[in-house]
Amino acid sequence: MNAAITSGNEKSRRWKRPPLIQDTKWRYGLLILAIAYFIAASFSYDVNWSRVYEGLDRGWEFIKSFANPDFKTRWSDISEGIWESIVITVTSTVVGIILAIPLALGAASNLAPKIIYYICRGIIAVNRALHEIIVAILMVAIFGFGPLAGFITLTLSTIGFIAKLLAEDIENISKPQAEAVKSTGSGWWQWINYAIQPQVMPRLIGLSIYRVDINFRSSSILGLVGAGGVGATLNTAFDRYEFDTAAAIIIIIIAIVMVLEYVSGFIRARVQ
Amino acid sequence: MPVTTKGDLKVWQRRDRAKQFKIWFAWLIGVAIFMFCWEIISDKTTWFFVFDAPRIAADIGGRAWPPRWSYLSELWKPMWDTINIATLGTLLAIIMGVPVAFLAATNTTPSKRFLRPLALLIIVSTRSINSLVWALLLVSIIGPGIFAGTLAIAIRSIGFVAKLLYEAIEETDINQIEAIQATGASKLQVIAYGIVPQIMPAFAGLSVFRWDINIRESTILGLVGAGGIGLYLSSSLNILAWPQVAVILIMILVAVVISEWVSSKVRLAII
Repeated sequence: MNAAITSGNEKSRRWKRPPLIQDTKWRYGLLILAIAYFIAASFSYDVNWSRVYEGLDRGWEFIKSFANPDFKTRWSDISEGIWESIVITVTSTVVGIILAIPLALGAASNLAPKIIYYICRGIIAVNRALHEIIVAILMVAIFGFGPLAGFITLTLSTIGFIAKLLAEDIENISKPQAEAVKSTGSGWWQWINYAIQPQVMPRLIGLSIYRVDINFRSSSILGLVGAGGVGATLNTAFDRYEFDTAAAIIIIIIAIVMVLEYVSGFIRARVQ
Repeated sequence: MPVTTKGDLKVWQRRDRAKQFKIWFAWLIGVAIFMFCWEIISDKTTWFFVFDAPRIAADIGGRAWPPRWSYLSELWKPMWDTINIATLGTLLAIIMGVPVAFLAATNTTPSKRFLRPLALLIIVSTRSINSLVWALLLVSIIGPGIFAGTLAIAIRSIGFVAKLLYEAIEETDINQIEAIQATGASKLQVIAYGIVPQIMPAFAGLSVFRWDINIRESTILGLVGAGGIGLYLSSSLNILAWPQVAVILIMILVAVVISEWVSSKVRLAII
């Protein structure tokens, strides 16, 4: 604590909070850098305040429309979109998990040989780098409009997500159990199935359920680029300033996400 | 442990018959649901296009290569905008999210009846709506531009910051807080000297983590008119200028990799 006490006059010795960054040079250096950055960044903001002021009315209208959302006018579009989002979520999560498991085995440094390890890690890194929407644009260009493009997009991102986290979990398993099974003379498959699988299963279930949640949230925007789901309806609603329809869609999305979160919390508490 | 006898041989099984049947039945239902969903997707797909996909992919790849590197000079400005959207958006999210976190944590909230559910509602509703949807909304309210993008990123991140922070607040060590209380500190002093030092590492870690995510998210906001490099991506896509698209994608990849590296370095330094 000595450094934090300002000495000098013996009478006015006061305690000061230890700073977050100990080194004075770094502390002030970073502060100056941050200020310089904000000044530089502020130049790229060209806010048209009168436009913002005009827009506030519309913003208020949008908030008001949450009080009386319009489910009826475009109900057929909305229900079809939501249904499609759910379908994309289910299929892409299932296929993604099935494909992610072998990749995760390959990306775990304690299971795979070095070459396979690097190949699998590389696949995961590339897979995770691009945002889903960008992947969806490419998939729509390749496979055409419709839910199939959304399905492929979300499958790919599910693979990256599950494989990375599952591989990390496999690397953290307890060794004695794995060695005990190996010492019974088990083959490789038996070893994976009886030594590794039981240890990572709770985590895999937890991740999968969490991923359902993420996939549903993402599938609700894929429609913006034509990859199926409720996003297209939402986009149209905003374009036409039909805030009451947009509010209805957003309320449905939030409700489904909340239900999913509740269910996933429940299941995760049971398996872990 | 269920054991069946086959002749005079005892065979060990993991589960008894009823339980095994239940599990098989659950699998059957799961597979049926999956096939049903797949059927819906399959009905809506023009399979002719799908079978043609490898050719189209090769075609697009052929057009995109070599990337038009000269386009890079036009991209520095939008990339700078994208970084600003992410950074200032994260900063705004932190400014708005921290009070929400203190309202939501059971040990710091002023009222469990009224303010805590309100804070949780803010967390859930901002988190469950994608930043692209927020951007759509804000563009239609305050007009296109990076201001709308920044606000979209900020609002989307409030829930994330507040959720992780309030969990950290709830996990703080009660002994240290009681020690501060015992000195006669006021409520605000308890927060400043008892709680804040304990949650500081978690707070710094999650801010940098969110910044990293936001860099990725802000690259696409331009698709709905909220500024940044996505604007150039969507205009290049609209005119089918694949060599330009390739340059943009490479630039986004590089930016994401750099931001991930920075964030992991900073988090290691903190924790």
